[in-house]
Amino acid sequence: MRTSRLAMLRQSTKLRCIALPLLCLALCPMAQAQSAGTKEALYVKSLAASCANCHGTNGKAVDGSSVPSLAGLDKGYIVAKMKAFKDYKPGDQPAVTVMHQISKGFNDAQVESLAGYFAAQKK
Amino acid sequence: MNTHLHSFSGFKRRSFLQSSAALGLLGLAGCATTSIPSKAKVVVIGGGYGGATAAKYVRLLSDNKIDVVLIEPEAAFISCPISNLVLSGGKQIGDLTTSYAGLSRNYGITVVKDYASAIDTTKKAVTLAGGATIAYDKLVVSPGVELMFGSIEGLKDANASGQVLQAWKAGAETVALRRQLEAMPDGGVYAITIPEAPYRCPPGPYERASVIAGYFKAAKPRSKVLILDANPDVTSKGPLFKKVWAEQYKGIVEYRGQHKATAVDAKAGIIKFDVQDDVKANVLNVLPAMRAGTIAVQAGLNNQANNRWCGVNYLTFESTAAKDVHVLGDSIQVAPAMPKSGHMANNHGKVAAAAIVAQLSGWDVNPAPMLTNTCYSFVDNKSVIHVASVHEYVVAEKTFKAVPGSGGVSTGPTELEGVYALNWASNIWADTLA
Repeated sequence: MRTSRLAMLRQSTKLRCIALPLLCLALCPMAQAQSAGTKEALYVKSLAASCANCHGTNGKAVDGSSVPSLAGLDKGYIVAKMKAFKDYKPGDQPAVTVMHQISKGFNDAQVESLAGYFAAQKK
Repeated sequence: MNTHLHSFSGFKRRSFLQSSAALGLLGLAGCATTSIPSKAKVVVIGGGYGGATAAKYVRLLSDNKIDVVLIEPEAAFISCPISNLVLSGGKQIGDLTTSYAGLSRNYGITVVKDYASAIDTTKKAVTLAGGATIAYDKLVVSPGVELMFGSIEGLKDANASGQVLQAWKAGAETVALRRQLEAMPDGGVYAITIPEAPYRCPPGPYERASVIAGYFKAAKPRSKVLILDANPDVTSKGPLFKKVWAEQYKGIVEYRGQHKATAVDAKAGIIKFDVQDDVKANVLNVLPAMRAGTIAVQAGLNNQANNRWCGVNYLTFESTAAKDVHVLGDSIQVAPAMPKSGHMANNHGKVAAAAIVAQLSGWDVNPAPMLTNTCYSFVDNKSVIHVASVHEYVVAEKTFKAVPGSGGVSTGPTELEGVYALNWASNIWADTLA
């Protein structure tokens, strides 16, 4: 009885040890992007700023813009869209004008980081 | 600017002033600056695509904790991109004009309407033409280009008298050149000369030639556009432009490479070249060689390429000539494949702003900054071609390089890209100034 309780405790501690880093891995990029005042947040914001020329500051395009806003879009949607742009071949429909060329400039980690940042912005 | 006021000339003065205030127009931002601070954490010289963006993003990236003073002599921002459409009649100069009021209203930036007349990089202070001095912790210098009128004989006087225009800095000259084109008789010749690269906006002269040809084709079809290029060949989007000239503007546009202008005779309407024969035209649009903006030269920041451009550490855009001075936009010695464009200057502003915020916060600067660029060129009032690129900082080479496999050009002009070009403009103006 005593032994088994100890074993349970050990097991739960072990689980916690695994669970915490996992949780952190899942949440940290977003937490960093959102919590102001860290250098990591600054890096992500400045990376996202390289999209803002066309998509608006913090991903909010001007009213009526045919270049879409990115703020508040689903993270998975942005990641999938960027992959589709990278796979685009001229002649595919609907026609893509520049994003098939721009998307190839960003690696998977950058796309992940950008998608997390824009998903966390208010629409 | 004058045209902008003329468009209101039917109004009574009082209603003009009221409507100006309601629209947050021009000049009023300058008037609102009642006191010039004697010290600011960050001082920015130049409110163009580079400087205005840097000013805004220092505020944005520091959660408004770092105070910023922007020094800009003009009452409002007038965009060079899209300004060729004023020449073709597709846009009015007011369409490309944005007040600086958004930067003070939305971001708490102190906008001072004055010239920076001197920089003391040792004492870390800027002196204004009006006499005031502002000390800084960090200085951003983004004065654009200086046109070297003295490099072409007779050009300085011909330009001062309004006979031979550049219209390369959008504004009054853009409007004046449009008037010259309107006044030109059908069957006349418009000639544009292009200096050797690098110059501001590589595809700009070819876009200008194209949209003016579009105007001629519709309004005075016997007229000609003559492109006289100091470079051996078209420096940007060459195959695309040449196809447009051959198909859309056959008999209107003529391109001549290896034509380096050396002198102008405004009265006779003649341009002289170093080797080639003289050219006579009705409207002369002479673009001289360019170098870093005047204040950057005065401050001795122009330490590259025979003292024409300013060397920077690309990771931070800090000058290689002076500590805590960051140089942006068209004034810098460019990295490989980096164009002197408004879009690129806006991106410089963001990388520099992030570096300044990091440095003032005691953090390492971002070791892997990125830059994007998209240059849209109209070939007539509706259809557009582009060149796009993405640039990454390469640590081993301490410079930006285009990411392999990224970027490219249009397959051909489309009206869809025309829509995107105008939306690009609206969004980058807001990203820079609102």
